[in-house]
Amino acid sequence: MTKGWLIAIALLLTGIVASLFVGAIDLDMNSFSRSGEGLNLLVVSRIPRTLAVLLTGASLAVAGVIMQMIVANRFVEPMTAGAGSTAALGVLLISFLLPGASIFIKMACACVTSLLGTMVFLAMVRRLPPHQPLLVPLVGIAYGGVVSALVTFIAFQADLLQYLETWFLGEFSGILQGRYELLWLAGVLMLLAYVIADQFAILGLGQSVSVNLGLNYHQIVRLGLVIVSLISAVTVVTVGIIPFVGLVVPNIVSRWLGDNLRRTLPVTAMMGGGLVLLSDLVGRLVRHPFEIPAATIFGVLGALLFLWLLYFPPKSKGVACLRDKERAR
Amino acid sequence: MINIQSVSHSIQGQTILSDISLSLPKGKLSALIGPNGAGKSTLLSLIARLHALQHGVITVDGLDVSKTPSRTLARKLAILSQSNTLASRLTVRDLVSFGRFPHHNGRPGAEDKNKVDEAIAALGLGEIAHRFLDEISGGQRQKAFVAMAYAQDTDYLLLDEPLNNLDMKSARALMQTLHELSEQSGKTIVVVLHEINYAALYADWIVGLRDGKLIANGPTHDILTSETIETIFDFEAEIHQIGDQKLVMHYR
Ligand SMILES: Nc1ncnc2c1ncn2[C@@H]1O[C@H](COP(=O)(O)OP(=O)(O)O)[C@@H](O)[C@H]1O
Ligand SMILES: [Mg+2]
Repeated sequence: MTKGWLIAIALLLTGIVASLFVGAIDLDMNSFSRSGEGLNLLVVSRIPRTLAVLLTGASLAVAGVIMQMIVANRFVEPMTAGAGSTAALGVLLISFLLPGASIFIKMACACVTSLLGTMVFLAMVRRLPPHQPLLVPLVGIAYGGVVSALVTFIAFQADLLQYLETWFLGEFSGILQGRYELLWLAGVLMLLAYVIADQFAILGLGQSVSVNLGLNYHQIVRLGLVIVSLISAVTVVTVGIIPFVGLVVPNIVSRWLGDNLRRTLPVTAMMGGGLVLLSDLVGRLVRHPFEIPAATIFGVLGALLFLWLLYFPPKSKGVACLRDKERAR
Repeated sequence: MINIQSVSHSIQGQTILSDISLSLPKGKLSALIGPNGAGKSTLLSLIARLHALQHGVITVDGLDVSKTPSRTLARKLAILSQSNTLASRLTVRDLVSFGRFPHHNGRPGAEDKNKVDEAIAALGLGEIAHRFLDEISGGQRQKAFVAMAYAQDTDYLLLDEPLNNLDMKSARALMQTLHELSEQSGKTIVVVLHEINYAALYADWIVGLRDGKLIANGPTHDILTSETIETIFDFEAEIHQIGDQKLVMHYR
């Protein structure tokens, strides 16, 4: 475990350093000596961008696990199950009704619609037959699709189509100091999730087990919904929708280490941050100096990872074997 | 003592339990028997407040289950439900550790760890404690769920068909463990059993349900008559006596 951690942290740090030094403007040691313009670039653009990427990736992955625990189904994630598109609906409505609204008002509006949208999804899922687990993601995809279509229709009517891409296609090129700080809220929500990680893990065991263990089932479900929809809203408003992070990352971590969230949530957050960072870096490098949105790159990366997961599942007994070896010694 | 007073339950207009009143003795092992669909699981989950009580009152050790805070009840009573399907992936040890949650609220201490070890040992799961639940056999998984209820270490333990999927030796071992828990630790245990001879050998008390009605309720020795068995299960069974032990010959 410790060795795995060291490798993971080393990889992440490499990614962070790369993210600080890759971009349209070259950043080298010379530029630091010249009149601090390099430092300025770092502080205004590169550091905010790197932080935004990490916060987004980590919190989307965490939101994914929480949603999966709430509906006791591995195949859903907030961005494709309506939380993302209802958040976009909220921003769109407020941009239409109140064109000059500040980012905070937009955020608040996105939070409200995303929360309502997630509640509707949960209500639909609760009415599905319990022994048909694949219906849950299907309903999620259909629901998300309907909301996206509605958003597109309203945007078309209101002549706001040009904004759609900024919400639907998540990317980080516009991130500057002063334009990403809302994402810290997602970071705080992640910490909150970690504090009560045990209770979310118990939710995943179903309502009977939760009640038996004295959990206030409905209260924890509500808290989880709030965390999921706020994370969705904050990321949609600041960077746009990045699909599949919440699906792929929790599934990899679960295959590999299981679902004892107290132990796995930090890994999930790190892997989410790391993979989105990788996507952003690749997007910056492929057509340098132009950029490809991180969401597009993650779409490809996520699909490949998911296929790998389906056909070559990591040896889940990784932990077990390790312990067996320890015991043999 | 578990006290059930005029409890009725219906789902979508269909009566599941009608006017059940009974008391289960404290510190004893009681068996709940009856045909499929008799309402055994429903009664057990009402006692464990998994479903809201519609009519009547249930108290456990004097605590009204529909009024007592759930957290308090979780330290007083544990239930193993009949169907346990899992969407999450946990190791046996992880699952058993969750049984301690009502006691530590997320911060397990040394005593919690000891109880988990004890539960794992009591169910003979030491060898597979680190394995994932979706990679072990159905019987082993069943034992893991029983171990979780064991680790919860409550005065009252309700088990819905705990012998499901267990081999002969494991079933016998579990019944012996339950018997010891009631005999030596004074725990009150209620078990839904289908093999009536386990009830004959291990239970102090038997409750028989049929079609949601209470048919039999009393000390094991009194219930094990061919007439009572027939009213509960609707077939004639010979009762044999081996020493002072009654056995029901229901295999042919
Ligand atoms: N969720 C439900 N909806 C409708 N009927 C149910 C439900 N759960 C149980 N029942 C009915 O209640 C009756 C008793 O069920 P149960 O308590 O599970 O019986 P047992 O455990 O004795 O086999 C059965 O007739 C069953 O069909
Ligand atoms: Mg049953």
